[in-house]
Amino acid sequence: MKDILLRYGLNTLTKKVLIDLYESMLRIRMFEEKIVELYPEQEMKCPVHLCIGQEAIAAGVCLHLHKNDFVFSNHRGHGHCLAKGTPMKPLMAEFYGKETGCSKGKGGSMHIIDIENGILGTSAIVGGGIPMGVGAALASSMKGEDNVTAIFFGDGAFDEGAFYESFNFASLKKLPVVFVCENNFYATNSHQSARQSGCRISESAASFDSRGHCVDGNDPLAVYKAAQDAVALARKGGGPSLIEAKTYRWKGHVGPEEDWTKGCRPKEELDYWKEQCPIKKFTALLLEKGAMTTEEMEQAKSVINAELAEAVEFAKASPFPKATALLEDVYYEAKK
Amino acid sequence: MPWTRIYGSRTEFEKALKDTPGLRGITYKEAIREATAQLLSTDKSVFVIGEGVDDSGGVFGTTKGLQEEFGKERVMDSPLAENGITGVCVGAAAAGMKPILVHMRTDFLPISLDQILNHAAKWHYMFGGSVNVSLVIRSIIGRGWGSAAQHSQSLQAMFMNIPGLRVIMPATPFDAKGLLIASVRDGNPVIMIEHRWLYDHMGHVPEEMYEVPLGKAVVRKTGNDATIVAVSHMVHEAVQAAEALLDEGIDCEVIDLRTLKPMDSATIIESVRKTGRLIVADTGWKECAVGAEVMAKVAEAGVALRSPLVRVNLPEAPTPASPVLEKAYYPGKNDIIEAARKTVGNGKRQAEHINNSPVL
Repeated sequence: MKDILLRYGLNTLTKKVLIDLYESMLRIRMFEEKIVELYPEQEMKCPVHLCIGQEAIAAGVCLHLHKNDFVFSNHRGHGHCLAKGTPMKPLMAEFYGKETGCSKGKGGSMHIIDIENGILGTSAIVGGGIPMGVGAALASSMKGEDNVTAIFFGDGAFDEGAFYESFNFASLKKLPVVFVCENNFYATNSHQSARQSGCRISESAASFDSRGHCVDGNDPLAVYKAAQDAVALARKGGGPSLIEAKTYRWKGHVGPEEDWTKGCRPKEELDYWKEQCPIKKFTALLLEKGAMTTEEMEQAKSVINAELAEAVEFAKASPFPKATALLEDVYYEAKK
Repeated sequence: MPWTRIYGSRTEFEKALKDTPGLRGITYKEAIREATAQLLSTDKSVFVIGEGVDDSGGVFGTTKGLQEEFGKERVMDSPLAENGITGVCVGAAAAGMKPILVHMRTDFLPISLDQILNHAAKWHYMFGGSVNVSLVIRSIIGRGWGSAAQHSQSLQAMFMNIPGLRVIMPATPFDAKGLLIASVRDGNPVIMIEHRWLYDHMGHVPEEMYEVPLGKAVVRKTGNDATIVAVSHMVHEAVQAAEALLDEGIDCEVIDLRTLKPMDSATIIESVRKTGRLIVADTGWKECAVGAEVMAKVAEAGVALRSPLVRVNLPEAPTPASPVLEKAYYPGKNDIIEAARKTVGNGKRQAEHINNSPVL
């Protein structure tokens, strides 16, 4: 394994980190696959935006974050939250619209919150969470705290003015932010090349006097290394960085189906990217290099399966919010 | 109560200052500056951000010298990125800060609607009440000197439509200070709309910190013949109109809404039950706006009216630049007087008509 890790500049990486990367990706994949399995029951009555195929990015970035570091995610956000440490129960219950959900059933799958793990709420407006993340970083900086904020967004959000306004401000104030663009090449069904003249997202960081890294988003070690540098820089007051991680979403923009059947994208493209599956490739590497055994992997799967089973049971058994909750929490009421 | 009194001119207020011991007078802009300085002094989570807040002029004096006093970290100039910076404030608020975001013009708010409507207004509800956004967005209505269509709009109605927001339009220095302090402490996103023409108005303002409660209107003048509900600059026009109308034997009650959302329906309804006539004078356009909402609340309460309702608003056009057109554009005291004469006259005619009807 050492020879491989040297190539990434990760020669001091421990076996534990390799296992953590594997398990984090696997936990996201299995969570999303469980949704695919259960969604046809139509008990989860909210849109779901799955990140199958993109797991390496959330895993590689979040492994560098402390519990009190902030993560701002987007509509395709299950993976980011799981990687940051969000337990499955309140997520699953939220998707089922239950009062035990992380947002008491008011948010649905696109609006995840987990304050304990630094997730202060998730916007489903493309690019909407980016300035908010910068604001959270501003708050950390003003309070003299050493938290870092990681902001996940897609290549679609790179079309939005909010990105530029936010990046400029973060750079101007040298805020501790890591911008993570998950470039899966599609905004719904619109290809990046139909929306962007340059298609060189990471290079835009230079305009804001910041660092940009373009990495293979399906390679957890590449993401891990880029995030390591970016998080370290942010934490020591060096300002923001931009990581562009190229990847591919296997499912359609929304829902549990693949979308090539509807003519949204070519099947050959999906087939190619399935070959680049981050988990499959990393599994092969770990086994080949003896970093993990098949038994250890099976053990990891059964632990995740148990967590999933418990989460689904909890979600299904939980009560729906009472109708009287409809008008609760529209406004915050200060405790007198 | 010294704080309910509207003074028509500085001379009138200066006379009152001499005659009333304990009355402390400052201008509207000084009241905002004083409130902001006191908030910055007493709460470490408060900060001020906006385009030009550190200018020598200090946003017409409302932020003047604050950066020197509180430092660049807490009173900061902003890039020209209204939506982005609003989002930065929303995020900072979610992380425990209490930003005061300042726009030189209300017209700049539409650029930041995504963050105001989709984020700030929703954040508390959408996550089941687990995080709140304490954010005050100040903006200023320009008027006159050819400010034209993009530097003079009164956009309060747009924000009144959104659950999760509060909207305030203080008309006096006392309310400007007290409502700003209450808004920063409220813990919700508050849109504060000021009127440029109010900035030099003087009034009684206590030196200590105090709150004017959100959601409470105030009766500026009592009367029995008609109710005039007004906001912001139009409160001053309404008070002057009401004084002039007294000479004609028409005694109007003037209500200053102060907070538009949530609206103090009780005060309005109580007054209209008494007078049976209602005029609403707003600084903005007519449709789906302050007047429409006030009237709907009166109608929903089933208040018996003696005369049709009247709205005094801007005409249905963007603001023109030429002084001649500008003069024709803005309604004022005379339009309110006209409206009152009409509604009272109407009511009399209706009463006469009823009295003269043959008994069946």
